[in-house]
Amino acid sequence: MSETASSGTLRRREVVPALLADRGELLVVAGLGAPAWDITAAGDHPRNLPLWGGMGGAAMIGLGLALAQPKVPVLVITGDGEMLMSLGALATIAVARPANLSVVVLDNEHYGETGMQPTHTGAGVDLAGIARAAGFPQASRVEAMDDIAALRDAVHRCDGPLFAQVKINAEALPLVLPPREGALLQARMRESLLGPEAHLA
Amino acid sequence: MNDTAMDVAPAPADTWPDELFELLRAHKVRQVAYVPDAGHSRLIRRCQADPAIRAVSLTTEEEGIALMLGAWLGGERSVLLMQSSGVGNCVNMLSLGILHRTPMPMLVTMRGDFGEFNPAQMPMGQATQAVLEAMGTLVCRADHAADIAPTADATLRMAFNTFRPTATLIGQRVLGAKTFGKE
Repeated sequence: MSETASSGTLRRREVVPALLADRGELLVVAGLGAPAWDITAAGDHPRNLPLWGGMGGAAMIGLGLALAQPKVPVLVITGDGEMLMSLGALATIAVARPANLSVVVLDNEHYGETGMQPTHTGAGVDLAGIARAAGFPQASRVEAMDDIAALRDAVHRCDGPLFAQVKINAEALPLVLPPREGALLQARMRESLLGPEAHLA
Repeated sequence: MNDTAMDVAPAPADTWPDELFELLRAHKVRQVAYVPDAGHSRLIRRCQADPAIRAVSLTTEEEGIALMLGAWLGGERSVLLMQSSGVGNCVNMLSLGILHRTPMPMLVTMRGDFGEFNPAQMPMGQATQAVLEAMGTLVCRADHAADIAPTADATLRMAFNTFRPTATLIGQRVLGAKTFGKE
């Protein structure tokens, strides 16, 4: 087994487009690094917030957004390393209990952006189990591509909060970079929700 | 108040916590993130009791910085209530407010600032303003009860009108320092 092997077999750039299929009103926050490149590879969109920093903040950005827009499904897609940095956020989200928030961790058991060093998930840390124990009413481990369509549907049902740990392989793929201007990324999502009034707030 | 607590809460006759609550209402703040704090205890209780405000209890203060970005993305105004020690937990996350130009007002009760008893509070208390300013936050101080509401009003206005992290530091001089019976 190579150092960069993962117990997961799914391919991130197949999982993410399937999660974003027929996205409708869906709002997406992506953790820095590969998840941000993945959502961009699936097609950049005003309702995407790909993060360039703030490691450990993705799930909580999703919570603030979900509370502000309770009728719109909000999907956080992040990596195992980013999620491990903010396990407390899982407790905060479970207590706040936003029905429209889903947190999907693409778990390749490695820190991809820094050279594929192993994360704790490869050593057995069970993120879905942590989310379940924190009080997420739905928390699952997903290992088969056949289950992704059902996960996509669950994200749109808004009867969460929902957590899913999707086991992917540890492939390193070409970067697909979103805009780097954070003010643009923020303004375009606000405008898509609030119209031109967003800029007169 | 709770005599076994290590931090000092405002006296019942103090009006500034209620003035802060009215300010949050006036500025249409909808999400109030907090880590429990004696100095902010009455303000937190009033926010929890207001159906127009969502009070969000955090496990660590940096969660609140990320929450404020999410709230603004969704069109809501938010604020973070914390103690000065919590500022240290926010440092890298504050980059989000600069990168995205996000209103992030913070109301910070100070420890390690004026007559402190606990030596562990001194390093972060003395570094609080420098740390915030190093990360691009506009900082104002209020060291007298009458200054707190006007200063917080300025902090809220500068956050929401000029799109950046801002903070009011509520000096320990206002709340006093607890000495655990050791004068």
